[in-house]
Amino acid sequence: MALKRRTKPATGAAKTPSVEQLLKYYREMLQIRRFEEKAGQMYGMGLIGGFCHLYIGQEAVVVGMQNALSLGDSVITSYRDHGHMLACGMDPKGVMAELTGRSGGYSRGKGGSMHMFSKAEHFYGGHGIVGAQMPLGTGLAFANRYRGTDRVSVTYCGDGAINQGQVYESFNMAALWKLPVIYVIENNKYGMGTSVQRASASTDLFERGAAYGIPGSQIDGMDVLATHAAAEEAVAHARAGKGPVILEMMTYRYRGHSMSDPAKYRTKEEVAKMRTEHDPIDLVRKRLIDGGLANEDALKAIDKEVKDLVTAAAEFAQESPEPDPSEVWTDVLLEA
Amino acid sequence: MPIQILMPALSPTMTEGKLSKWLKQEGDAVKAGDVIAEIETDKATMEVEAVDEGTLAKILVPEGTENVAVNTPIASLTAEGEDASAAPAPEAKAPPAPAPEKSATPAPESKSPAVAPKAAIIEAEPEFKGKHVPTTVRDALRDAMAEEMRRDKDVFLLGEEVAEYQGAYKVSQGLLDEFGAQRVIDTPITEMGFAGLAVGAALTGLKPIVEFMTFNFAMQAIDQIINSAAKTLYMSGGQMGCPIVFRGPNGVASRVGAQHSQCYASWYAHCPGLKVVAPYFASDAKGLLKAAIRDPNPVIFLEHELVYGQTHDVPDDPDWIVPIGKARIVKPGKDVTIIAFSRMVQYAIEAAAKLADEGIDAEVIDLRTIRPLDIETIVNSIKKTNRVVSCEEGWHFAGIGAEIAAITMEQAFDYLDAPVKRVHGADVPLPYAANLEKLALPQVADIVSGAKEVCYR
Repeated sequence: MALKRRTKPATGAAKTPSVEQLLKYYREMLQIRRFEEKAGQMYGMGLIGGFCHLYIGQEAVVVGMQNALSLGDSVITSYRDHGHMLACGMDPKGVMAELTGRSGGYSRGKGGSMHMFSKAEHFYGGHGIVGAQMPLGTGLAFANRYRGTDRVSVTYCGDGAINQGQVYESFNMAALWKLPVIYVIENNKYGMGTSVQRASASTDLFERGAAYGIPGSQIDGMDVLATHAAAEEAVAHARAGKGPVILEMMTYRYRGHSMSDPAKYRTKEEVAKMRTEHDPIDLVRKRLIDGGLANEDALKAIDKEVKDLVTAAAEFAQESPEPDPSEVWTDVLLEA
Repeated sequence: MPIQILMPALSPTMTEGKLSKWLKQEGDAVKAGDVIAEIETDKATMEVEAVDEGTLAKILVPEGTENVAVNTPIASLTAEGEDASAAPAPEAKAPPAPAPEKSATPAPESKSPAVAPKAAIIEAEPEFKGKHVPTTVRDALRDAMAEEMRRDKDVFLLGEEVAEYQGAYKVSQGLLDEFGAQRVIDTPITEMGFAGLAVGAALTGLKPIVEFMTFNFAMQAIDQIINSAAKTLYMSGGQMGCPIVFRGPNGVASRVGAQHSQCYASWYAHCPGLKVVAPYFASDAKGLLKAAIRDPNPVIFLEHELVYGQTHDVPDDPDWIVPIGKARIVKPGKDVTIIAFSRMVQYAIEAAAKLADEGIDAEVIDLRTIRPLDIETIVNSIKKTNRVVSCEEGWHFAGIGAEIAAITMEQAFDYLDAPVKRVHGADVPLPYAANLEKLALPQVADIVSGAKEVCYR
């Protein structure tokens, strides 16, 4: 692999997806979308507190990536993490109940939106310190190598984190030791309210590993077929012991940085253009309908199924009791 | 049934806002994600998006309305095929915003009171009756790592110069030869990076030993130590532990100036989720490092460069362990309690000998572990001597001595015959000049005079 700017799937990996695959992408992206809309609504009702960073608009990145992974591959990301957890196969009920701070949440209400984990699904968080997940994710890859497995680590970060010093400490070690890690930069164009152009001296983020000889490519992160093709290629590279890969996914978040961000740093037209012309879910829907691969009724059935799932998650998240007061004191240390 | 759209809270603190504009009108079709209205809070103008699909049946709060309480119904939406006229009439008065969460679910009956649990009782190690071998602190630490690495293949060592160079202070001598480059790993000089990498590996269940060339450099990595290693178990609801040891020399060296001479005991001891160990004797260095490596939690293991070369008797037994959390009475006495850790234990012992010459019988406690602190041993000693002197190389403000003074006030106030005396480093960055450095660091004479002061002698 080499450095390349690419907006279409790599030719070798661009297999025509099956109808089942397309429907799966559609369902998974829609589930994230509806889940996040519900989370936004519940935040509005005061049922979710603190910070809540929604993933709406970026669904194709994580769905394309996760569909290239297999059992035992590990995943770690920042605080915009709800979509990643759902794509890892974590239960929407447990995720939503963590958002409401209930005992049925993945962290039994003690982590919140930014801090959820699942050992069973190899999801290692959910990290609130910008960039801190990069050495951690590199360590997950190190552990795979130490144990002699061919499992890989997918380590996500945003365009804001990419300027943190520890990112380059990680790149250096990963390249030096040829660790099986795929760094996915989700470039949604804004680190909170600061555009990439105002924060980064070089804006081609996929080139950021060049000094360490890490191959990188830029991908249309709004097209799940593009993200998935790039993911397959990157995973094969890392799994084969050839070292780290950087994927810069060009994406967009429709909502503000967090719930309380009115997003005045960008125009309404910019957001509207992305939503109407580049929406990742509409794109798959169009492929299915225009290609005669699925009819409206079939997609409506999926819509309903997803809606019911999210409604059930929201109900569970409100019915699940608050953690027992004694939980304040548990899980500080494990018994030696 | 029509769906009610409620006035949303758009920040953690918002209780009401102005409904400034409707972007959809009655009768308009609405899709999930459509912006339907604009709301002004005290901070910003925000957009309200529809979550459900349908037709906007009735607008219940006209645009321009101020002080609309959160959770007031502002419009109703009918699903496909529903009759818009079925929408309920607007309510005359907006209900007050309910207190979030509490109203949704009643708090469960507590099964146990929300008070801090009592610390577990930690038994001291039994007296070792077998053969002792004179060993340097340096070799005792190396032996501890080698024994644990032989015992458990998940244990590995990484850090700067730990492998081929055999350790900047020669603590890891011979480990590369025995365990190979797979388990004894030289890192680039990137503390935050390799500490974070090791924490990531530990979250998967591996048991890294991270050597910091000195703890001064660990400040580069302190975010990974506190935010990633110490807090993840709690944040994950007990799912994800972090069995890791961060070790290296701490405190002053000799004439290396302010940036290379600092005690971090109180920094780390401040944080729940960590254990902090600071031994003096070679036997404790070995027994506690083995305990730290076996511990399923992150352990900060503070060594001392000026002690590495000292030789003490060490039990000759790979199964001999010193429990974390137990202090040791190094010298019993009845007149005054002198509490110290790490190299200051040596000074405390020397001070006790000088005090004996003057007829003062001092009890010397080696804390060995800073967190969890062995309060029982401290309090029992004060009950006997009624006087206490704490010793540390570090600064006094919010230091270990300050914590001992607070515990003494809380748990042994009635037994005190004199105020607690703190002996500590001067409240300045450590100077380089030989005479100034000596003046800035606590000396044996300071402990002697401190003890005499609390004995009113």
